[in-house]
Amino acid sequence: MNRADLQTMAQREQEKQARFQCRLLCCASTPCLSSGGAAVQQALQDAIKESEASAEVAVVSTGCMGPCSRGPVVTVQVQGEDDVYYENVTPETARQIVADHALAGQPVQEKLLPSDLPFFAKQTKVVLSNSGLIDPERLEDYVARGGYLALAYALREMTPEEVCVEISQSGLRGRGGAGYPTGLKWDLVRKAPSDKKYVVANGDEGDPGAYMDRTLMESDPHRVLEGMAIAGYAVGAEQGFIYVRGEYPVAAKRLERAIRAAERRGLLGSRVLDSSFSFRIDIRIGAGAFVCGEETALMASIMGRRGQPVPRPPYPAQSGLWGHPTLINNVETFGNIVPIIEHGAQWYAGIGTEKSKGTKIFALAGKVENTGLIEVPMGITLREIVFDIGGGIPDGREFKAAQTGGPSGGCIPPQFLDTKVDYESLKALGSIMGSGGLIVMDDQSCMPDVAKFFMEFCMDESCGKCVPCRVGTVQMYRILQRITDGSATLQDLENLEDLCTMVRETSLCGLGQSAPNPVLSTLKYFRNEYEDHIERRTCEAGVCEMTEVPVMALVEELPRRIRAAA
Amino acid sequence: MLCVLAHKDWDFLSIAKETLAMQPPRTRTQREVAPAEHPSGDPRFALIDRTLKRFRFQQDALIEVLHTAQEAFGFLEEDLLLYVARQLKLPPSWVYGVATFYHFFSLKPQGEHNCIVCMGTACYVKRAAEIVATLQAAYGIEAGHTTPDGKFSLNTARCLGSCGLAPVLIVDGEVLGRETPEGTLAAVQAAVAGKAAPKVAVSANGVDEEVELP
Repeated sequence: MNRADLQTMAQREQEKQARFQCRLLCCASTPCLSSGGAAVQQALQDAIKESEASAEVAVVSTGCMGPCSRGPVVTVQVQGEDDVYYENVTPETARQIVADHALAGQPVQEKLLPSDLPFFAKQTKVVLSNSGLIDPERLEDYVARGGYLALAYALREMTPEEVCVEISQSGLRGRGGAGYPTGLKWDLVRKAPSDKKYVVANGDEGDPGAYMDRTLMESDPHRVLEGMAIAGYAVGAEQGFIYVRGEYPVAAKRLERAIRAAERRGLLGSRVLDSSFSFRIDIRIGAGAFVCGEETALMASIMGRRGQPVPRPPYPAQSGLWGHPTLINNVETFGNIVPIIEHGAQWYAGIGTEKSKGTKIFALAGKVENTGLIEVPMGITLREIVFDIGGGIPDGREFKAAQTGGPSGGCIPPQFLDTKVDYESLKALGSIMGSGGLIVMDDQSCMPDVAKFFMEFCMDESCGKCVPCRVGTVQMYRILQRITDGSATLQDLENLEDLCTMVRETSLCGLGQSAPNPVLSTLKYFRNEYEDHIERRTCEAGVCEMTEVPVMALVEELPRRIRAAA
Repeated sequence: MLCVLAHKDWDFLSIAKETLAMQPPRTRTQREVAPAEHPSGDPRFALIDRTLKRFRFQQDALIEVLHTAQEAFGFLEEDLLLYVARQLKLPPSWVYGVATFYHFFSLKPQGEHNCIVCMGTACYVKRAAEIVATLQAAYGIEAGHTTPDGKFSLNTARCLGSCGLAPVLIVDGEVLGRETPEGTLAAVQAAVAGKAAPKVAVSANGVDEEVELP
């Protein structure tokens, strides 16, 4: 297949879609399926068959549309009209949608999502521009929306060096959390002398509370593949790997199908788009280890070993998989490549703030009205995310903190709600951008308990290679355990702070270095809660049971307990 | 002399013919019908062998092979790990190390029915711990264990990636969202009772599922 064939294919598919008077897009991603999406889709299809309208109305199962808490979601696309969204669709509503809206042109009012909802209006869809509009299992759908044209353009019109310069100029930074400039990384790998190089997409989204990568891989797999192929061309690699979490079987299945479809059409494999460039992509399924999100551990896992990190340097850009230069980027970073090549670096650099360009996908969850997946321009304030897009806190409760960055991040208190969300300002607040999980907490959350939750996570996930992380996380967890059960003293709090600094400064990899972040940030902004737990033995949020007493107080406590038991 | 040579030639040919006759013909179908079998004769080993061949016995493919093995056998017993180690020419300690490092691999048999409760941040904020506590109390097992009768396994996961529906859990492969401790217990009890109870209607998010009697 060459560029002309690609355009013919796109045109043919567009014409085919234009023949339908109305298209019903039914979300088929995990959250919607688990709230009954499959039955809805079946009902839509049955209703169309019954009314013998299959020539005019088509049902398409798509990827995620965003408002996951309102699922199953159905979008109705009538020609010449704006898209209409329906929420909480049941099989009955589905039949009604077909009869009233698709055939008679009368929207069903009761389950209608208002089109001016801030949830949609405040978003800027760059990476997710196809998500929810195409069938992820069909290559034609992706091509019809301009897919693989960016790859064709890069292969024909640009040198590898120019691609790297373009990415550098766009200001794109790694979406995995640390925010390393992507163009710089590409250029390093490009310049590294070696006859063999690799490209790796990191889809090991271990952060609890984050699911951007899963959605991207499930909803628009070809975009990730195309981004990887462009990266392969830019750095001179012929082999790519996608490392998918074991917990995401649907994503792995869709990627595998996408790779096969693209290879069959000559969009991947040998001689991509009739050029001299060859690029193969293989999938590696993770086996459940958070530390594998760290790049050196991830490479060890791809090579079939225990996912334990090794000290850097040498960086993967010099010596990665099997000793060859390796480019590792997050799946979301690869999702940004296609729009940059398509619209140019200038356009991309126009979105976002001075130092953080482009958009970021967040998984908005926790105690907030609209949970789901959102894509917002960098520099939006937290208040806009939580109260406009998220719709505020349910049940009239009060906002207490927003947690970003998972176990490596921190909690942001209400006084910083007007902070602009970008890499630098989140770091200044003691949190990190992370991969994009954003959990909203209300006054029912107890901060020492939250810190304990994350510490338990880090303790379990520590790979055990370096002592500060292996032993330090256990000790910190024990102290937090004492704080939340009421047996801590002020000395414990002091020790906890010392340990935090020690573990942060001396751990081998990012997991250990950032493990104290949740404790440090909650100590910084919610120190009074820690002190309440220790000095007054009370938990304001009512989460901790506080049944224990400090060892020194046992002398007075024991007789009381014996009396109570008797 | 010529006679002797001719005789020797003849002899050689016949021996060659006999040897050929003893070996099975090397056709593709023949090899597919009788793959190199594990001494136990368990056909599931053929699945592992296929994966091994697909990765050309590369040691780097260990995790892929273990994935296949766990899918085929349900869990990784010692014998299986040894088999994989021998096939990939890796020390058993290496294979054991990898199998125990990753959460996904289980060295113990799993129960007939299972429930995986998500313990991600979003689910934690929405009190998934109470769900786990309820199930633990009801079945008398800790999370990560199986009941003594092998009927039910309770597991926790780090994050199932459906945070919008927190708290999330998976009962026998079916994802349930926005659960309560009571609702979960009912769903699990229905799943475990499964075949024993006549016509149980499992109500999971409005989808009614009828389980027929065996």
